[in-house]
This record gives sequence, structure tokens and C-alpha cells, in this order.
Amino acid sequence: MATAEMVRQEPVPTNGNVDPAVVMDCNIEKLYYGSFKAVRDTKILFQKNAITAFIGPSGCGKSTVLRCLNRMNDLVRGFRLEGNVQFRGQDIYGRKIDPVAVRRYIGMVFQQPNPFATSVYNNVAFGLRLNDFKGDKAAKVEEALKSAALWDEVKDKLNESALALSGGQQQRLCIARAIATEPEVLLLDEPCSALDPVATRSIEELMKQLKARFTIAIVTHNLQQAQRVSDKTGFLYVDTSEGSRTGYLVEFGDSNQIFHDPKEKETQQYIKGEFS
Amino acid sequence: MPAEAQICKPPTRSQAVTDTAFRALCQGFTWLVAVIAVIIVLKIVLAALPAVRQYGLGFLSGQVWDPHKKVYSILPEIWGTLYSSVLALIFGTAFGVAAALFLAEGFTADAVFALLKIVNLQFHPFWGKLPVQVENLLSNLIELLAAIPSVVYGLWGLFVIIPLIRPACHWLHADLGWIPLFGTNLSGPGMLPAVIVLSIMILPTITAIGRGSLLAVPTRLRMAAYGLGATRWEAIFAVTLPTASRGIFGGIVLAFGRALGETMALAMLVGNANVISVSLFSPANTLAALLANAFPEASPKDVGVLMYAAMVLLVITLLVNVAGAYIVQFTASELEGEKV
Amino acid sequence: MTSTSVEANSKAGSRPNPNAEAFDPFHGVDFSKLERSLHRPRTFMSMLFTVIVSAMTLFALIPLFSVLFLLVWRGGRKLSIAAFTQLPPAPLEQSGGFGNAIVGTLAICGMALLISLPIGLLSAIFLAQAKPDNRLASAVRFAGKVLTGFPSILAGVFAYGVVVMATGGYSALAGAVALSILMLPTILLTSEDAIRMVPERMKEAAIGMGATHTQTVWMVLLPAAVPRILTGVMLAIARGAGETAPLLFTALFSNYWLLWHGHLKLMQPTASLAVLIYNFAGMPFANQVELAWAAALVLVVMVLIANLIGQSLASRQVQ
Repeated sequence: MATAEMVRQEPVPTNGNVDPAVVMDCNIEKLYYGSFKAVRDTKILFQKNAITAFIGPSGCGKSTVLRCLNRMNDLVRGFRLEGNVQFRGQDIYGRKIDPVAVRRYIGMVFQQPNPFATSVYNNVAFGLRLNDFKGDKAAKVEEALKSAALWDEVKDKLNESALALSGGQQQRLCIARAIATEPEVLLLDEPCSALDPVATRSIEELMKQLKARFTIAIVTHNLQQAQRVSDKTGFLYVDTSEGSRTGYLVEFGDSNQIFHDPKEKETQQYIKGEFS
Repeated sequence: MPAEAQICKPPTRSQAVTDTAFRALCQGFTWLVAVIAVIIVLKIVLAALPAVRQYGLGFLSGQVWDPHKKVYSILPEIWGTLYSSVLALIFGTAFGVAAALFLAEGFTADAVFALLKIVNLQFHPFWGKLPVQVENLLSNLIELLAAIPSVVYGLWGLFVIIPLIRPACHWLHADLGWIPLFGTNLSGPGMLPAVIVLSIMILPTITAIGRGSLLAVPTRLRMAAYGLGATRWEAIFAVTLPTASRGIFGGIVLAFGRALGETMALAMLVGNANVISVSLFSPANTLAALLANAFPEASPKDVGVLMYAAMVLLVITLLVNVAGAYIVQFTASELEGEKV
Repeated sequence: MTSTSVEANSKAGSRPNPNAEAFDPFHGVDFSKLERSLHRPRTFMSMLFTVIVSAMTLFALIPLFSVLFLLVWRGGRKLSIAAFTQLPPAPLEQSGGFGNAIVGTLAICGMALLISLPIGLLSAIFLAQAKPDNRLASAVRFAGKVLTGFPSILAGVFAYGVVVMATGGYSALAGAVALSILMLPTILLTSEDAIRMVPERMKEAAIGMGATHTQTVWMVLLPAAVPRILTGVMLAIARGAGETAPLLFTALFSNYWLLWHGHLKLMQPTASLAVLIYNFAGMPFANQVELAWAAALVLVVMVLIANLIGQSLASRQVQ
């Protein structure tokens, strides 16, 4: 696997269309797992320092779309994308692009907290070691843990096993781990669904603070959460017209508009809660 | 964000090179394992070919082994290997499956729990853990049976089993000697002591694999039987055992393979006599024991013949082990989709 | 009749209807039939089988205790400092020991581990990461399962053909090669299992952070799998230390120390506990036989410790 440099470019308006405030531009025409068309026609712009949420019923492809953004879908056999995902002015699905390199710049937090079986410190320092960071790791670890609102709870336990933490703490640890390397984009795949309401709230507050430094995309099945937290929202729904369940983007816009004045019929029905 | 402060970067040149090299290394070593397996088989077969050409198939059907007269044949050894292994398999299966059932059904845990109930300690924070611990202890003890080295079993068999069974064997031969099984007198080492020790040695294999198969039976099947009013053992015989039977069978085949290849205990206990006899008390010989005894003092000429014998043993054990491994693998994957 | 009282009590607060007696929800079933009794054949048979199976299991454990008891009784008698520090006695000699055999066993096992551990572990890493349809992986995995039952004597025959004949003599190295064939499948299969048991979500986390394949293995998978890998290693060592047949005509035996005047004699016939037990067990000399028991005790203690360490490590791994 040849390593291609992710060329660091300021998004230069080469053809006049590139907006400096847009960090990622996702254009999915068709997404296949083998012969199963999982997603179609989903075009989303991710604004810098904004929280963009994906909502929709289960099975509509929200997580699939999210995982396209850092090429995690590559791990699934038979995955094929028609379309492109622009990041830093390049299509990350370009032929010469190394997915490993892509993932360095885009952090991900998963539904189930998944700290490594090592100490709290080593978990957060993982990304630093990965990227061959030569500076003061301890300082960066502290900074990340503070940003994740976890420092006070673990500062005396840095060398203890991360698996001994509670669910909410583990998830905040995973967030700290992801932001330690200061990626540009943070992807959160239903980060609170395995947590109790108190832990959920603390993570939502955290997200609002992190927004200032990162661009965030979140998948959630919790409408209230999306409403509380996001700036932009995209609603995906399932199209069964071709015999299989294919997800597609119904509507995308400012969260206020989506939740209070949805334009599409399906969005209106979903927001009103007629189907899960 | 200024470029200098950027922590993220793509994999460095050395990381990329290490990655490719390490993956190639791992794949290379996997090929190495495959090659080693093939070489082992080939080496023995090739080393046996000169003797095969010289002695032909008469090697397998003759009964005389005389290095001085240069007459070699291994039918007694083939007989001894198969006879001892089959007998050991019978005993080993009986006790092995019993132990597998005992462990899988959790009788120990139940018994300990009942005991604790008498003293009303069954939910005690410390004593309450006893059932599971005793269960694990028992399981570990059976596994330890497999850990004892073969040569120690041979030693034990020589000094404990043979003196122990000798009186009974004399009696059996004296009173029931007309039965071919008791046809000869037990003078020391012989088929029966060897079989007894061999069964003990292969029992843990059957228990381990059998227990795994029994535990893999989906709970809902057993619950269906209980729901219809079956007693514990009716459920076992009607549902659990049949479902686990293929896996247990795989374990039995594998245990058979072990018995065929077992060397030291047999070399010390079977008597090393080139005799074909159905009698349990007669000394006999096995292929493995023959190799163990004859190889160290073999002249280069004899080595070729011994390689022929080794090849025969290799073929027999490979066939059995491949069959056993296949059955176990096949059953495991079948039940995997079933598991609830 | 219990049925009417059940009926009456179920309607809490209402007055019992004197005419309710006519309705019997259980249709006159005799509840005494629900009692457990050994007089019933089915219950009796079930109890009988439980007793039989329990007895058989406990009976199967008798040999274990018998062996251990005898080892301690007959072997313990002969254990002394001399046993550990002296060389094997000649026939009719009293005293003597098996110090060189202990050293030899450790040396040969150590060398066998040096051969089988790298090969086994690195192949296991490949196997654990391989896709299900990878034919090389399936073939090697199957070969490993078949080789676990490989007759130990044939491992000795192979090592004889390859090492002894090539180097012109018996040596510890030949013995180590023979043992490594027996240890390799165990290390390979248990290491692969150990790596596969590392929760998928940890691997996903590492990949999500942009770790290369190798980085994922070294920074996440191997550290998490170490306890179970060590279990496999311990079990392999335990097996290797106890094997006699592969050493009979590869390392043969020796009545001398491995380390002599500062020279490490690895290419010479080497003593081992297993071969010593075999040789001495059949001798008509009481001293040798007692030494065989003592050596057997030492060997079994070593093997049991290795097994116990291995088992305790297995339970430490994260699920």
C-alpha cells in the first residue's frame, strides 16, 4: 500500500466554488455493499466549527454515511462508492489516497465506548504516539482530558486501567483520545446511546464546547438531542421503491428550520413522531 | 491552524515501510509453517522409499522381525497399534463422555449448592462462589490428567498398575482362560496394562472436546425438553447428547489419533514382543514402541526399514487426525449459527 | 379441596360464594402426583444415571491422585541436594543425581521455544487478520489442528533425518528441532485465538485513529492478547518438557554437564529428565529406579507449575 501524502492545502477557490467555511463536502451518488444499494443521493456540506447532525429512522444509512467520511466503510467487504467526498480540496476516495492517512485527520468516536486495555494515559497518548509526536506528551494528554471534561476525575488515576472507568467516563476518554491529536473533524456515531441520561447530558455539553475548535458530525436517533446540540441537521429516510431499503437524504438545513419548519413531508412526519 | 502545531500527519516513510515489511514477514512465516508441514511428511516418505522398494508390501503382512536374518515385517506392530488404540478408545470414551456430561451439566455445582443450602450459606458473598469454583477445579483436574508426561504414566503403570491387576488377571486366566480375551497369562507388561494407561491418557481429549460440544447445544433445545416434562437425563439422552454427538464423535476420532501415536507409555508397558494375539494379557508391540526401541541402536541399513515403519504410522495417524480435525471443525461451524 | 380456597382467595375483598365449589380449575388432579419420589421409574432412572456418571468421573480422577501420591511418596524419598547437583550414577553405584538432566531439559525446551515461538506468533498474527476466504490461512489453520496430534516419535524421526544425519551426530539442537515441531501447533493456534479474542471494538478504535496494520497489531492487539499467548507458550513448554520419544535418538542422553569448563556443549548428546526416567525405569537397580521416581517428581512439578501459570494467565485477559 503506497503512502500518498495528504497534501495540505488551504481550500483555494480553484473553480470559484470552494467555500473556506466548508471543511467537508460529501457527495454520495450511490453506495453499495456488494449488490445491496445502501445509500443514494446524499449531498451534505459540513461547515467549519459547526455541529452537523444526521437523524432518521433505524436502517436509513446514517452511520453508513458517517463512516464514509473517514473511509471506515473500507473495512466492510464489498463496499463501493459512486461519488466523492471532498476534504481539504481533495477527494478522499481518490485512487492515490491512503485511507490510513485520511483517518489521521478525522477523529471518530463510536457508539460503544472502546478504550484500549491499557492505562488512561496510554489511551489518550495513543494518537500522539501514532503520529510520532515529539513534543511534551503529558501536557497534550492533560489538555485533551481537560477539553473532554474528564481531567478532574482521572488526574490521580492516569496510570490505572481505562476499563475501570464508568461508561460515561470511558466515552469521554474516547473523546479525549480522539481530540488529543487535534484533528480537523470529529465524527460521533451515536455517542450517547450506550449511556445513561446524566452522562448523555455531560457529553452534549462537551460537544458544544468542542465546537469552537473542531468541526463535528454526529449521528443520533434522539431527536431532542439533535435539536439541543446541532447547528445543521440532515434527515435521512428509507426508500423501499426498488425492493430493498436504500437510504437517502430527504432534507438538509439549519436545525431551527428542520425542527420547526420542515419543508418535506417525510421530515414533517418524522419530527412529529409518526414513525420511529 | 499554523502548520508547525499540526500533530496529525500521514504515516511516515518508516511507518509505511515497517508496515509493508511486517505484513510480508507474517505472511512469509505462515507459508513457512505450511512448507514445514509438507516437508515433514515428504521427508519421512522419501526416506522410506528405498525400503519400500526393497521389501514391498510383504513388510506389512509378515510377522517376523529379525535384524540378524534381515527379515523385517510389521504386521504384529500394526495389529498391536490398532488393537491397543481401539480398546483404549472404548474405555476412554466411556469415562471421557461421562466426565464431559458431568462437567457440562453442572452436577458438581448443584451438589455443592445443595450442601451450602444445608448450612444456609448458598448466597453468602464468599461461600456462595464455591459451586463455580469447585466446578472449575474439577475441570482443571481432568485437564491435568493430560498434563502428566507419558513417561511418568509408563513409570506409574510399571510399578502400580501391573502389580495391581496381576492377581485379577491370573484368576481370569485360570478360571476363564477358554475365552480368547483371557487366553494367556500376564507375566508383566502386556496389552491390558498398556490399554488401561492409554485410556487414562486419551480421556482428557474426549472430555475437553465433548464438554465443549455439550455446552454448545443451544439452551432453548434443552428448555424445550424440560418444558415438556422430561427428567434431567431424559433431556440429556433425547436432546443434548444427540445434538452434541457429532462434536463428541470428532473428539473421539482425535483421541483415537492420539492413542495411535502414543509412544512412551506403550513402550514401557506393552511388552515389546512381536506377537499377534487377542488375549488382553499377552505382550505385544506397537509401531511407535518399535520405533522407540529399535531406532537408537539401528545401523544405517536398519534405519531405512524403520523409516518404512515410520511412514506406515504416519499414514495411519494422518488419516485419523485429518478426519478428526475435519469433523470437529465442521461441527463447530454448524453450531455457530445456531447458538442462542 | 385446595382448589376452592384458591378460587375464593383470588378475588380479594369479595365474599366467598358458597356456590363456587362446583368449579374446579384443575379438573380433579391429584396433587400428590406432583411430589418427587424415587418410586417413580423415570425419577429413579434419572437419579441412577447421575450417580453412575458422578462415580465414573470421580473414578477417572483416581489415576491422577494415584500418580501424584506415588511421585511424592517414592520420588520425595530420594529428593536431596545431591539429586539436583550430581551426575547420573553408573549401574550399582549408590547416590548420584540428575542435575545435568534438569539443565538439559531446560536448555532443550528453551531452544525449541526459540524456534517455535517466532514462527508460531508471527503466523498467528497473519492468521488472525486474514479474511475468512483466505486459502493459505484456512490451510495452515487446518494443518495446525492436524499437527497437534502428530506422534511425538515421528517428530524425533524427522529431526533425526534432518539434523542428526546432516550434522553427523546427536545434539541438543536436534532434540530442540524435534520438540519445536510439537510445540509449534499449540503456540500457533492459541496465539491466533488470543488475538482474535481481543474485542473487535478496540481494533476498530485503532483503525479509526489511522493506525497502520502493523501499528494496530503492536500497539493494541498484542498487548491485549499477551496473557493468552503466554498461556499457549506455557502449555507448549509443559508439553515439550515432558516428551521423551522425540529425544530418544536426537539428543540421546549424556552423563555429563551441558556447561563444561566454560564451553556450552549444544552439539553433543544431551541429558534430559524425560529420557533419564525412561532409561532408569527399566533398570534392575533399585538406586536407579528411585532416581527415576525422583526425576519424575521434579518433571511433573515443573510441568504442573507451567500448566497452572498458563491457566491463571488465561483468566486475566480482557474479554
